[in-house]
Amino acid sequence: MFDFLDLDRYDLFGAFWTTVQLTVFSAIGSLILGTLLAAMRVSPVPVMRAFGTAYVHIFRNTPLTLIIVACSQLLALTLGMTMWADVGTDTMGFRLAVLGFVVYTSTFVCEAVRSGINTVPVGQAEAARALGLSFAQVLTMIVLPQAFRSVVAPLANVLIALTKNTTVAAAIGVSEAALLMRDMIEQEAQLVPIATLFAFGFIVLTLPTGLLLGRLSKRVAVKR
Amino acid sequence: MSDVSLTKDFADAAPPAGDLVVLDSVNKHFGALHVLQDINLTIRRGEVVVVIGPSGSGKSTLCRAINRLETIDDGAISIDGEPLPEEGRELARLRADVGMVFQSFNLFAHKTVLQNVTLGPIKVRRKSRADAEERARALLDRVGVGNQADKYPAQLSGGQQQRVAIARALAMEPKVMLFDEPTSALDPEMINEVLEVMQQLAREGMTMIVVTHEMGFARSAANRVVFMADGRIVEEADPHQFFDNPRSDRAKDFLSKILQH
Repeated sequence: MFDFLDLDRYDLFGAFWTTVQLTVFSAIGSLILGTLLAAMRVSPVPVMRAFGTAYVHIFRNTPLTLIIVACSQLLALTLGMTMWADVGTDTMGFRLAVLGFVVYTSTFVCEAVRSGINTVPVGQAEAARALGLSFAQVLTMIVLPQAFRSVVAPLANVLIALTKNTTVAAAIGVSEAALLMRDMIEQEAQLVPIATLFAFGFIVLTLPTGLLLGRLSKRVAVKR
Repeated sequence: MSDVSLTKDFADAAPPAGDLVVLDSVNKHFGALHVLQDINLTIRRGEVVVVIGPSGSGKSTLCRAINRLETIDDGAISIDGEPLPEEGRELARLRADVGMVFQSFNLFAHKTVLQNVTLGPIKVRRKSRADAEERARALLDRVGVGNQADKYPAQLSGGQQQRVAIARALAMEPKVMLFDEPTSALDPEMINEVLEVMQQLAREGMTMIVVTHEMGFARSAANRVVFMADGRIVEEADPHQFFDNPRSDRAKDFLSKILQH
């Protein structure tokens, strides 16, 4: 029944590898941007707080497909932003997709980190301020390390959602797993086995991530 | 054990005279509640001032206002001649000179006892790690928790945690120490170990402002007792005079309620 699986013709592992790369680069980018946004949302500067809040509300409530297509159509085709890649290549599409995922996923990272910040008792920051640490020092040395430890599990959820969301990159022709699946279904006309195969592929990617981070979450939890 | 002083700098030199902390007509509101009403208070170098009063009288707010953990609406606070800055670097620099001990200890939960005590000296005072650790171990020995240096706060008893918190504040070599109800969250048998450390500090000449319900400590360690009620300083007196012969009715009423049992 798996005679459709012609690995010479369909680069199954290559496609999933692209999915993994999309996930990893987007995860790193959105962790960084999301943490910066969370820092803005708790900062004493009203303009920064307003910017962080506006950013999160706008991009969290925009459909991901819209963001990804906008990256391709608006940024690349209209504004000529090619992300330092040759126009029209797979590399350009890949980078634009990562940009879109970072823009979108960072909002969820921000909210997860912010909820983590809220779990840190206010006395921790007060004690740090009383020692003479600056706002940035209080945040990076005392509050964020404790905040991250309490949100490993929610961040794992964001990461798993991101892994599956990368399939949207097919909309702008990035040759990741979902695009190959569409191609194979068209060529082979065996919808159920092909869909099952790809679903299984995603489970292989996400299940260990969830289990591993779930365990990590318990290990790093701050005891009070 | 080496006789490392808790307050090296103060013990050696005779405390220079002068006003260290000055509060001038300080007012603060929490919404409609006027929590600090025209507070005038001067604390001289080397003086131990104990602030007592019923709950909600503004004692803690007063204590927290001195290093600007609470902002004030008007009036002025100055420390060692410098007015308290509004925000930013200047405020951080000033806070480094003011040690603070909280009711709920507030030790950094993700750092070991030793890291708690060395963080300020390393990051704020820019001391080398080796110097900071040496001083931290000496201070931890002095407050009696030297053997707990590598544990995390959650592994210590409340009394031990509070003594670490005192060591953490002392590691900054502060000009003045603020104690915001340091024994209120402790089990009765742990209160004394903390009070003893504070008594010792007082004897060594540290300038201290202590908000507490421990009348015994106020009697034996304070140079002056400040009695607050409803956001005002009602009475300021020598401890013996205050406890044996309070002048105001409010203080008489308060003392009659707490000293009966």
